[in-house]
Amino acid sequence: MRIETGRRSVTALSTAAVALVLGISEAWAAAGQPSPWETGMQEMVTELGQSVSNFHTYITWLMAAICLFVLALLLVIVARFNENKNPTPSKTTHNTLLEVAWTIVPVLILVAIAIPSFRLLREQLVPPQADLVVKVTGYSWYWGYEYPADQGGGFKFDSNMITEEKDRKPDQPRLLGADNAMVVPVGKVVRVQVTSADVLHSFTVPSFYFKVDAIPGRLNEVWFKAEREGVYYGQCSELCGNGHPYMPIEVRVVSEQQYAAWLTEAKQRYASTDSPAPTKFATAQ
Amino acid sequence: MAHAADAAHADHHDHLPSFWRRWFYSTNHKDIGTLYMIFGFTAGIVGGLLSIGMRLELQEPGLQFFSNPQAYNVFVTGHGLIMVFFMVMPTLIGGFGNWFIPLMIGAPDMAFPRMNNISFWLTVAAFALMLCSLFVEGAPGSLGFGGGWTVYPPLSTVGHPGPALDFGIFALHLAGAASILGAINFITTILNMRAPGMTLHKMPLFAWSMLVTAFLLLLSLPVLAGAITMLLTDRNFGTTFFDPSGGGDPVLYQHLFWFFGHPEVYIMILPAFGIVSHIISTFSKKPIFGYLGMAYAMVAIGVVGFVVWAHHMYTVGLSLQTQAYFVFATMVIAVPTGVKIFSWIATMWGGSIRFTAAMQWAVGFVFLFTVGGVTGVVLANAPVDRYMHDTYYVVAHFHYVLSLGAVFVIFAGMYYWFPKITGYVMPEWIGKLHFWVAFIGSNVLFFPMHFLGLSGMPRRYADYPDAFAGWNLVSSIGGYVFFAGLFIFMFGVVYAFIRKEKAADNPWGEGATTLEWTLSSPPPYHQFETLPRVIDTHH
Repeated sequence: MRIETGRRSVTALSTAAVALVLGISEAWAAAGQPSPWETGMQEMVTELGQSVSNFHTYITWLMAAICLFVLALLLVIVARFNENKNPTPSKTTHNTLLEVAWTIVPVLILVAIAIPSFRLLREQLVPPQADLVVKVTGYSWYWGYEYPADQGGGFKFDSNMITEEKDRKPDQPRLLGADNAMVVPVGKVVRVQVTSADVLHSFTVPSFYFKVDAIPGRLNEVWFKAEREGVYYGQCSELCGNGHPYMPIEVRVVSEQQYAAWLTEAKQRYASTDSPAPTKFATAQ
Repeated sequence: MAHAADAAHADHHDHLPSFWRRWFYSTNHKDIGTLYMIFGFTAGIVGGLLSIGMRLELQEPGLQFFSNPQAYNVFVTGHGLIMVFFMVMPTLIGGFGNWFIPLMIGAPDMAFPRMNNISFWLTVAAFALMLCSLFVEGAPGSLGFGGGWTVYPPLSTVGHPGPALDFGIFALHLAGAASILGAINFITTILNMRAPGMTLHKMPLFAWSMLVTAFLLLLSLPVLAGAITMLLTDRNFGTTFFDPSGGGDPVLYQHLFWFFGHPEVYIMILPAFGIVSHIISTFSKKPIFGYLGMAYAMVAIGVVGFVVWAHHMYTVGLSLQTQAYFVFATMVIAVPTGVKIFSWIATMWGGSIRFTAAMQWAVGFVFLFTVGGVTGVVLANAPVDRYMHDTYYVVAHFHYVLSLGAVFVIFAGMYYWFPKITGYVMPEWIGKLHFWVAFIGSNVLFFPMHFLGLSGMPRRYADYPDAFAGWNLVSSIGGYVFFAGLFIFMFGVVYAFIRKEKAADNPWGEGATTLEWTLSSPPPYHQFETLPRVIDTHH
């Protein structure tokens, strides 16, 4: 539903105005999080996400056209075929051509949707060779991230929502900011392996388009390649109990140098939280 | 609606049983239908109040009305289960089905009147268990089950050790047993008790819709019963059907649940399709367009509805081929649904339409169901569903097809058949006022949810990031307006009983061609003691 470009800029403007008044930097308008009065998808920062967004715009236009067509027919009916305007009803109850038409035309529309849909599905589910693997584990109610040793990691850490107002950085909105973010380098294919330690959770970053369930006993995977540096937020998307709204996902996409620096720092910082040595698992082959 | 007694007595020499025998031991299909309607309405009020609680909480960011998100989730779960199992199903199937299937096919009663009675009272018992569940411990230290109407494990096993969900499971077992008995009753009645001359291909579309619905119930509910029994033993007797530590798999539950759950959504909407067809045909003064296409579209929806379940599970890690299949199968359903929408439009086209209250609700349904239907096509596509899954977009979609679909038809049916059921006329302005209040309220309530979902707001959240505040406030206001509309309906019912303006046998004129309009309003306590003979086909 990215139909209202005009509206968007108005929204952006008013948002900027509000942000200025409240002095909360330009956090709102940034990609990677929702903005007030938004009517479309979040801004996509992966190529695949952009395709999903374009595909969605395309089918939304098609669907809007169908709704308007039905609405137009109903309005004509209300105007022309009420009992005052048309006292004698017709007796037509069959029209083979018409009936064949309204079976075939929807089939054609569906084919026009299905072809790009299947192509996109394939792109999503047949991952390219990964540069980096991150294992994500859902807990009630926080996320755990593991960086395998054979790609410069060898540590794991937990990521909790920041509850105290004062602990939040200016670019971290309420309920979205986490104490320890997942950090990945820009422009690299990242494979995320997702599982859960207790109940179901779901790992999602809307700006990357994907969502994948964290299921105990299963290792699901999804991949992305962020094209732009920035902070991207998501929220647990499978009902998991009391803390369901309180386990945000924060992904910081940084330059390769910053990533290397972060790896070094993280290795020391998270060394203490390290219980048994993190398992070494299937990496970028 | 507790009514018909005196009128029926007056124009018929029936011997009416005493109040207690009549309403508590009831075996009369019309009385049981009335009981179901009163029950469904009552449950609907309870479910509606739960949703008002949710909208109050979501009106602004932060927690205001609930002490914690778990309590909110108990409301979410209760709202879903009550609306599905104790409002829509009892009203459409138990209420309208019991009342009008025998009347429309020219039968004296249902095939198994006593079984009909058991069905109703099991539903009441089930509802009592469901309400009990809200007041016993679920998750440690809190009351009620807050795992959503889908009851996914492990949240429903290790996440809720208390007995709340055991009450819930028994409630679903009883409601399911009641529905299976009801389904058997409808199938037997429709297949064996049609009036002489009424072949299947001359049967009214509401009867067709109930026949298909009954088969869906019969085939899908046992699967739910199996799934929740496995859940019960996982919870209480140490089995591990859904526990990976014992070789089970939580995803197995999801497959079983949605094998029931997807046909269930057609169970809720197919009777509505049947009712709408009659209302549109009546007030357009035209027979339904493409009758056979309409009937077999419902059969097709019912059949295909059984093989699309995993479109609720695109994010669980299904393989590429599996997802591609479910995308394809799901989109196929749009074709028979399109046939129905266009056939309703073609029925009205060229008609001489009287826009009564019932007709306004029916036309409103056609448009809003289209809106809900097309967002269903969007969601059918796994690549975009991976973004939309479990967001408010999905909530918007299924409320457009159920709350603005099934519920609109419940009211359309109420205003259409009110004179037949009660024998009294309800002034048209009441139904029309209610329609406009509900139409505006429900759209203000549910349309912004598309926006919230697209911008990423997940479902079942008691508190949300501040960016979602705007549309949530709009949505809450719409919710209160929609709910307020119910009071107009209640006023209308009371007012009609006070006014006591007698309804004609057929208040709707030449367009109303089904057999119930040949009887008095309300119909005699026992009708068709001599079976009617159906001669001409009005299709």
